[in-house]
Amino acid sequence: MPEVIRHMKRAILRAAANAGEGHVPSAFSVLDILWVLYSQVLRHDPANPGWEERDRFVLSKGHASLALYAVLARQGYFPEAELERFGSFGAMLGGHPCRLKVPGVECSAGSLGHGLPMAVGLALGLRLRGMPGRVFALIGDGEANEGSVWEALLLAAHHRLTNLCVIVDVNHSTDRALDLGDLPGKFAAFGFNAQCVDGHDHQALREALSQEPGDWPLALLAQTVKGRGCSDMENNPAWHHRAPKEQELCAMLQELA
Amino acid sequence: MNMRQAFAGTVLELLAEDERLAVLLCDIGVWGFRQGFADHPGRVLNIGILEQATMGVAAGMSAAGLVPVVHSIAPFIVERAFEQLKIDFCYQGLGGNFVSVGASHDYAALGCTHHCPGDVGALKNLPGMEIVLPGCGEEFASLFRQAYANGHPTYFRLSETGNGATQPVEFGRMLVLRRGGKATVLALGPMLEPALAACEGQDVTLLYATTVVPFDAATLAANCPSGKVLLCEPYFGGALAPDILKALYPRPVLVDFAGQDTDFSRNYGKAREHDAILGLDADGIRQRLVRLIHAQ
Repeated sequence: MPEVIRHMKRAILRAAANAGEGHVPSAFSVLDILWVLYSQVLRHDPANPGWEERDRFVLSKGHASLALYAVLARQGYFPEAELERFGSFGAMLGGHPCRLKVPGVECSAGSLGHGLPMAVGLALGLRLRGMPGRVFALIGDGEANEGSVWEALLLAAHHRLTNLCVIVDVNHSTDRALDLGDLPGKFAAFGFNAQCVDGHDHQALREALSQEPGDWPLALLAQTVKGRGCSDMENNPAWHHRAPKEQELCAMLQELA
Repeated sequence: MNMRQAFAGTVLELLAEDERLAVLLCDIGVWGFRQGFADHPGRVLNIGILEQATMGVAAGMSAAGLVPVVHSIAPFIVERAFEQLKIDFCYQGLGGNFVSVGASHDYAALGCTHHCPGDVGALKNLPGMEIVLPGCGEEFASLFRQAYANGHPTYFRLSETGNGATQPVEFGRMLVLRRGGKATVLALGPMLEPALAACEGQDVTLLYATTVVPFDAATLAANCPSGKVLLCEPYFGGALAPDILKALYPRPVLVDFAGQDTDFSRNYGKAREHDAILGLDADGIRQRLVRLIHAQ
């Protein structure tokens, strides 16, 4: 695991422990994807978050916000010290991101099934305006229970939004409720260029995310481990929405040292 | 010019004037926009019958710098896609326009799935949502031009029934059509015509509002000498009650409502038949007005 990822995971753990709040395993599930996106793929300018020609990233599964905050801070959108105030009254950073408060956040999120339709609208709107930006949206596989996700996929394929890339965080955490079956097959059936990628392999992610747009919108099914990096947390539903206590924090920080 | 014609005509004009405008039809009103498809490819879309994602898509288009207009039947815009209106537009702070047909019982014969007397009350709970009830096609044209690009989410409620005369409406402002001392009648949008008839021969003030939100509290406060208000709303009655009480505070007030009770109206028929049963016609309003004038 690269040191920068370890560093951000430690910051995320400390932020959650401070706040007594946070979806840490979800953040660890997607952190590699977000880091590769922001550090190697997206055209963006932390000094000018509103740059018209930027690529857009929409975190549709907003409860993974701590990962986005850690990456945005590391990229220079705001000081990393903001993470220490995570979840406190009046803080910029909360359990779900707010676009009107956090520089670099394109869409406020929290309710599942909202971000992807907005990303489709962004891609459609940018194309209509002749803008060069690409749009990347990250949804969870659990989020793909929502009907609005499949409505949005229908629209993206029908309108051939080749400037759109849908990334699915496939960590199987909600299979216990609803098994999605052949997810790549479903995306392909909906008209997407569906590809699987290891969601923790930076080189594979970079290559997959950087590929030239084809004839159809791209879907990357990223195989991930929820809570990756903390053995007690990995694939353990008890940790879904729980902050580490002091002793747990020490052990996890040590594991990530 | 009815409201649907005014909607299509106004938006088609604006498409030529404002390149930011984009129209998403939920497979409704497609014939009326046939010229728009030809003249503005890509900016007029028959998006399909998927209202929840359509709202999100419209919000994304707004975030990309466009001014979206979404059009469908009222229950499918407001009640099907309510959370999208709340989160994707209001919470995100994005502007857009939602133009409904099928107000209250306009689709009476289609039954309760297509009735929508709850739209205004529901939308009033969304922070930042503007609500407009034009009284006729010409008023829609004026109000839409005034508000469509103001950066806020705005709901325009089209009705099949409209007022005979066009008023010089202004977004966010009430008009004072009559002045009198015994009561103040506040008529919303298409309720003006029956309210005018009900006020005939009565010593009352008649206010006309085409904007529910933002509410013109100042005009009401300056035109309610009696402290008695009859609110005439073409939907579930009482949506504006808190606004009226706040506008007149701390004066003692008596308020009555000519509006539908919160219930399913399981009959079919025509909208005017529902209105008559619900007391929303001139006779029903007059009875309430006389009772209010004499109330102590």
